[in-house]
Amino acid sequence: MLRNNRVVLGVIGADVHAVGNKILEMVLKEAGFQVINLGVMVSQEEFINAAVESDAGAIWVSSLYGHGEIDCRGLREKCREAGIGEILLYVGGNLVVGKRTFDEVEKLFKEMGYDRIYPPGTLPEVAIAHLKEDLSS
Amino acid sequence: MKMLLIDFGSTYTKVALVSLDPPGLLATAQAPTTVESDLMEGLETALESFSTAQLNGVTARRACSSAAGGLRIVAVGLVPGLTVKAAREAALGAGARVLSAYGYTLNQEEIDEIYNLKPDLLLLAGGTDGGNRQVILENAARIADARLAVPVIVAGNKSAAYEAASLLEGKVPRVVVTGNVMPEVNRLQVEPARKAIRELYLSEITRARGLEKIQQQVGLVMPTPLAVMQAGELYWKDTGKEVIIVDLGGATTDIHSFADGRPRGGGRIVKGPPEPLVKRSVEGDLGLRVSLSALLTVIPPEEVVKELPFVAETEELLGYVRNIASSRALLPRNNRERAYDGAIAVCAIREALRRHAGYLTETYTPEGRLWVQEGKDLTGVAAVIATGGALIQGDNPGLVLKAGLAQKDPRVLSPRSPQILIDRAYLLATVGLLAEEWPEVARAVLRETLLPLGGIAG
Ligand code: B12
Repeated sequence: MLRNNRVVLGVIGADVHAVGNKILEMVLKEAGFQVINLGVMVSQEEFINAAVESDAGAIWVSSLYGHGEIDCRGLREKCREAGIGEILLYVGGNLVVGKRTFDEVEKLFKEMGYDRIYPPGTLPEVAIAHLKEDLSS
Repeated sequence: MKMLLIDFGSTYTKVALVSLDPPGLLATAQAPTTVESDLMEGLETALESFSTAQLNGVTARRACSSAAGGLRIVAVGLVPGLTVKAAREAALGAGARVLSAYGYTLNQEEIDEIYNLKPDLLLLAGGTDGGNRQVILENAARIADARLAVPVIVAGNKSAAYEAASLLEGKVPRVVVTGNVMPEVNRLQVEPARKAIRELYLSEITRARGLEKIQQQVGLVMPTPLAVMQAGELYWKDTGKEVIIVDLGGATTDIHSFADGRPRGGGRIVKGPPEPLVKRSVEGDLGLRVSLSALLTVIPPEEVVKELPFVAETEELLGYVRNIASSRALLPRNNRERAYDGAIAVCAIREALRRHAGYLTETYTPEGRLWVQEGKDLTGVAAVIATGGALIQGDNPGLVLKAGLAQKDPRVLSPRSPQILIDRAYLLATVGLLAEEWPEVARAVLRETLLPLGGIAG
């Protein structure tokens, strides 16, 4: 692998949905990744600090409670400021709110600098396959 | 068999004579500390108050020192809230004064600053194990280039530590590699660095400071704050009670907490960098003499006068402070001045505890209100011990501490209703010097010196 197989994981913003986060940690570990799990209510700065210190290859952001768009905005820019502009950013959970389609949401998050965006109900295995691919490309 | 325990303080050299068998305190004495070049002079003077018969049978000596600034460390890490903070905690936990702490790659200005600070030791961290290598290597190279004449302990990313050490080898007086202060994000591991600091204190630092003779003659084994910390650890382990030591001096206020700090209330989320089980904080702007003017920039004089048992204008307080600053008088001259000292002490303790303890913040989530705890929850701490010259030699140290414990803001997670104990004979450092090798004697001295506020029994 070209990049470090360490993943910083957390639920962003004021979001306290903890169950999915624990599952992702477990599944990532089983797949052989080192996981830095920051838990729930994680700020953008905490994600970045942990990634800088551990030289992580990817950040996995979860947002379940409906405020993903606001909470996730600006993370890529801050990563660039912190010298880790090339890090992989994945996001998943319940990102679709209101009448928007997933395609619209995906486009929005792509513009915000996220590499992979997942709709609700995505199996972690799908994203893990992507991660392996992205880390070695 | 008897033993002498010596504490070279910045103003006084304190000596305790103890009996090893049966364990107990025999006598104490003190004399003004003499200059660093010859600490022995002050010690000799103090020893004159013991009779020859008393000193007969002394078989061992141990000493600690905080004279001439104590053990002075510069900490370097990567991210301020992570490895920089971890390196600071490790240094504080070794009884050091952290002169300054730096994150990310050091620039020339910072290198110059470190050069001018002339630390006794540099603690170099950065990167979790297997994490960032670049910054610790760059910093090692810069420190090597600058030929800072300071021993370096490398306590960073294990995958880069030896490489960093090899860059420093031959360029600084001594390099030691030890365990990472933060092996994983948000996991502290301060013990290996604490141990390494203590070993270098014995082997390098006392020599570099010309204290070798003292070390041989009196067994200088640790900086005083570490001795105080060891006394607290003994109390904590023996009683099983969580405890805090408040050490108020002329220059700083030190707080040591021995407590896990986990939330005492439900419905809370703990955030922020991890805190050590044994945590020491040092407030350089909260002292009763040298740092008095700094203290009044932090605590408004109006707040101080509120703690007086009489009504007074702030002008009078400021006059007293100016007087201390100009005449360098160490002792208050009358009851009114003693009351001023007491009021300042109350404010210093309150502020130092506020900074040491955790804090609750309210956040509003879509679900409603939620409490976020940052730092240690110390509300359930069972006992608080008052020590330090400025506190012990003043009026009513127990009442001063009690008043200082009352926080104005209920979100500060400081002790709520702990038992108050006073180190009345000012012997915590002595206890700490004894704790490892002669724990029974240490316990006897501890029993002797700890006086509960408003009670007889310990
Ligand atoms: C349990 C629960 C709660 C509990 C949470 C307890 C806890 N500490 O965990 C409580 C009661 C506190 C709660 C509160 C709220 N909740 Co709620 N909650 C749920 C519920 C029922 C289950 C969540 C869960 O645990 N799922 C199981 C796990 C395994 O799935 P998951 O979280 O989705 O995670 C998986 C995937 O999404 C994916 N994934 C997640 N992140 C990422 C990231 C990446 C990179 C990848 C690849 C994959 C991935 O992998 C995970 C593992 O398989 C859901 C409804 C539902 N059935 O999903 C609502 C739900 C999430 N809650 C919701 C809401 C609105 C709230 C509240 C705002 C108020 C309310 N109405 O209850 C508050 C918000 C509180 C806050 N500050 O966060 C909405 C969100 C709506 C939206 N986003 O459009 C939901 C969807 C319910 C609904 N249909 O209205 N909630």
